[in-house]
Amino acid sequence: MKYDSLADLVLQAENENIPLCKLILRDQAQQAETEEKVLFENMKRSLIVMRESVESGLDANKRSASGLTGGDAFKMREAVNANKNICGRIFGEAMVKALAVSQTNACMGRIVAAPTAGSCGILPAALLTISDDRNISEDDVVMSLFTASAVGMVIANKASIAGAEGGCQAECGAASAMAASALVELCGGTPKQSEHACAIALKNILGLVCDPVAGLVEIPCIKRNAMGVANAFVAAELALAGVESAIPADEVIYAMKKIGEAMSPALKETAEGGLAATPTGKKLCEKVFGH
Amino acid sequence: MLQVFDIIGPIMIGPSSSHTAGAVRIGKYARSILGTVPVSALIRFSGSFAKTYKGHGTDKAIVAGILGMETDDERIRISLEVAKEEGLAYTFEETEIDGAHPNTAEIFLKDADGSEILVQGASIGGGNIIINKINNTVVSISGKSDTLIIPHEDVPGMIAVVTKILAEHSVNIHGFSLCRDHKGGIAVMTIEIDGGIDESINQVILSQPHILASTILKAI
Repeated sequence: MKYDSLADLVLQAENENIPLCKLILRDQAQQAETEEKVLFENMKRSLIVMRESVESGLDANKRSASGLTGGDAFKMREAVNANKNICGRIFGEAMVKALAVSQTNACMGRIVAAPTAGSCGILPAALLTISDDRNISEDDVVMSLFTASAVGMVIANKASIAGAEGGCQAECGAASAMAASALVELCGGTPKQSEHACAIALKNILGLVCDPVAGLVEIPCIKRNAMGVANAFVAAELALAGVESAIPADEVIYAMKKIGEAMSPALKETAEGGLAATPTGKKLCEKVFGH
Repeated sequence: MLQVFDIIGPIMIGPSSSHTAGAVRIGKYARSILGTVPVSALIRFSGSFAKTYKGHGTDKAIVAGILGMETDDERIRISLEVAKEEGLAYTFEETEIDGAHPNTAEIFLKDADGSEILVQGASIGGGNIIINKINNTVVSISGKSDTLIIPHEDVPGMIAVVTKILAEHSVNIHGFSLCRDHKGGIAVMTIEIDGGIDESINQVILSQPHILASTILKAI
């Protein structure tokens, strides 16, 4: 398979009456000339590192190397544990996990890029939250990572997953779309609904620029991971309710590519525009680097 | 061609897949092209790399790679100190390479015997890389599979000679490029293959007339 069209993947899964994850695992094993079990075990290792990266990010006192960020996941967890958060347990938990993984990343800790490090909190937060809430088996969660990967591959092949090329929409947007599709599958949705969830999630993040303060993957990246997982739940929820995207996923991906090309380089990971160029952004940069 | 683990992965030390993990891999590949232990490294950053390398730890990452570390090695954080311990002198420069990908680095390595190599690579997202120049030769290597680099005299039939040997040993080629400095000068074949390749096959290639060298670069 070429992974250049989500619609084609969905069509093939429908024709064979199998979930996307099985189609992808089978194809990837064939392409790598290895057994499905080997790829499954590799993916399981990624899930284990994902869980570890949540744990290490919950520390109340750990600060990033720059000293700019830290402790947000802990604060959010406290609020959720005290039943103080307004959107309920699932949303709260998802935000805690997204913040935690993203903070681990900012502290030069070990994470799984999904699809990138800047967006590494979104997918684990979505999948680990839903699996804890619904007691979904670990094997099913591992399988859903294959579905997420397929969405990511199509986006990478047809657009980009690099902030330097496509802005934050290419990183958090891709991660959110991947998470939305996987959530749908884990919650019993059809391949077609996964496609709609991908489209909806990506549409909501189109145009988002990559404007990190001081060029660090911290401000606003950590909080954008919390937004990304929330958006994944929104898209999955809509798709599972039968809401369809008017624009097909593949066309949304193409639109994302064109928007990325039209974006000024100042808004693509160069730390020259957007939030990085605000008075406070510049001040924080000075604080870290002295220039 | 992308695989699932290019998207879910790499397992890496943060904070940036393109600016940290990709940089480790470019550094590691440059070391493998040199083939010996480097004692000095001049690293030129271009584009986004030049503007943000300090913030993303790209400097630590690329030196970690040159030292041979993997993308998930927790010593990446302290690689500049490790370099001092291991006797690797490093210098960073900011530059602008015309027409290059936004995340491009040029690495000039030397070993104790004076052998040197210039490698240019780009980090294209999610930790994936493309090596696009080795010395003055334009190449396109992803580093995902074993790759043969074969400098040879620019005479007719050299591609046929090499590919025939590979075919006879059932080695499948999935990427091929050839570049020469001038007609009748030195040309370089870059051949990406599926699976591994035995050193004995490499020796057969080396023994052919007009072949100047043949190096197997392992996938990273």
